Amino acid sequence: MDIFLQQIINGLTLGSVYAVVALGYTMVYGIVQLINFAHGEVVMVGAMVGLSVIGALAASSGLPPLVVVLAGAMSAVPVCMAVGYTMERVAYRPLRGAPRLAPLITAIGISIILQQVAMLVWSRNPLSFPQIVANPVFEVAGAHVSAVQIAIVSVSVLMMAVLTLIVYRTRLGVAMRATSENAQMAGLMGVNVNQVIAATFVIGAALAAIAGVMIGTYYGIAHYKMGALLGMKAFAAAVLGGIGNLAGAMLGGILLGVVEALGTGYIGELTDLCHIDWISTSLAQRCAEDGHVVVFGSNYQDVFAFVVLILVLVFRPSGLLGERVGDRA
Amino acid sequence: MSLLRVESLKISYGGINAVKGIDLEVAQGEMVALIGANGAGKTTTLKAICGVMKPAAGKVHYQGRDITALPSHVLVTMGMALVPEGRGIFGRLTVEENLDIGAYTRRDKAATRAQLAHVYEMFPRLKERRNQTAGTMSGGEQQMLAIGRALMSAPRLLLLDEPSMGLAPLMVQRIFDTIRRVAAEGVTVLLVEQNAKLALESSARGYVMESGKITLSDTAPALLDNPQVRQAYLGE
Repeated sequence: MDIFLQQIINGLTLGSVYAVVALGYTMVYGIVQLINFAHGEVVMVGAMVGLSVIGALAASSGLPPLVVVLAGAMSAVPVCMAVGYTMERVAYRPLRGAPRLAPLITAIGISIILQQVAMLVWSRNPLSFPQIVANPVFEVAGAHVSAVQIAIVSVSVLMMAVLTLIVYRTRLGVAMRATSENAQMAGLMGVNVNQVIAATFVIGAALAAIAGVMIGTYYGIAHYKMGALLGMKAFAAAVLGGIGNLAGAMLGGILLGVVEALGTGYIGELTDLCHIDWISTSLAQRCAEDGHVVVFGSNYQDVFAFVVLILVLVFRPSGLLGERVGDRA
Repeated sequence: MSLLRVESLKISYGGINAVKGIDLEVAQGEMVALIGANGAGKTTTLKAICGVMKPAAGKVHYQGRDITALPSHVLVTMGMALVPEGRGIFGRLTVEENLDIGAYTRRDKAATRAQLAHVYEMFPRLKERRNQTAGTMSGGEQQMLAIGRALMSAPRLLLLDEPSMGLAPLMVQRIFDTIRRVAAEGVTVLLVEQNAKLALESSARGYVMESGKITLSDTAPALLDNPQVRQAYLGE
């Protein structure tokens, strides 16, 4: 099996989910200069609602599996949209114009609340995400591609295309871009700025809902804290691409997924001390016995996103496609 | 009947009383100039009229209705449009998107398209550059865009804040020709300007503002002849 190609495929799958989640961060940042740290929790809520609906329908309805999964996703979307709207209305709108630290702390608070509510509603234990759709695996040039992977990449690409159309081709999109550039002036054009900001949160939440169902289906597991790490990684992806920049979030998400997959695939081999077993005889002995003495194994998977985040912040704080950052925090 | 009436308006921000109780009135179809030195409170007055700033006291009446508490996006639907100081165009949007958003509150597509054609006829330069990012245009072109964008809402009352600022004399002439043309088409205009001569020559009446108060109000020709105005604002 070709590890390189295989990890590229895995990376693209995960990366397209990161990209979809990163869009939520970047859209909100673009319009209100707020990092909505609770966005990852919206993904989790999406996964949980999807899990419940799919589980219930699969057990009782007798509908075809694909329809059940679609129904799960379609129920997650409105729930997450409501969560996104409420979050903006209750937690962020009253703080508009407040010092930047205030909404940031609120975001962390919202994310804790959402986690705890999810824990009470669902479970404190990891839940298995119902995998009811047949998932044939295809072999392509020595690597495996599953139907779920193909579906995840296709759905993500479709959502990114739809979002791009909304932002660049509709009245709401023009209003969003105008508001992000100069909210006061947009108001003077007749744009109801509060409505546009709410719409931005709601659209981001809808994307997060689908991302939640996709990630649940992919890993086959859902947990009330799953949003935290996923959210942080997607945030790293948004920063990598240039926060506030839509194309940047898409690029950053996919790059980050690929970097993470390749890193995970190769870190064991790269940090295998048996490459340098001449430095000590006892090491050589162990190598002869076990074959490998690995310093960092693939359990370091989650490190790469943050290494990338740190490197970006040090060497190119504006991100790959970002313009200026200036005083933006 | 007056279209706009401001009554004992007081505005303060950052601990400064920028506007200390002013009255002014603009009749339907009239063009009125508000002149005064830098920092006199002219821009602040406009901001309170168009709903960007909340006044500390006083009232703004528009079309016979108290609009003091209304947000700017509602005032746009009532036919008020502002060309702000520094133009306030959306630099990352294209020229045509800027004009589109000027007509944001209008639902009648045919009339909006006709208005766009009218604006392009008024400023052929904007038509040439319709797909260009607005931020890449010259200052004069941006001012044309700011005026064109305001006209896209088919306003009844056009508020202009320092339209001549930072422009070459030739461009100032063109901008003022356009403003006079817009006024002649029946749009009521309240013009805030530091270029007092040009403003008064284009207007029917004028107000002079000094450190937050209106110190003079008269017909434009009378103000142009007023020795005080001549000395302080016309450089004579």
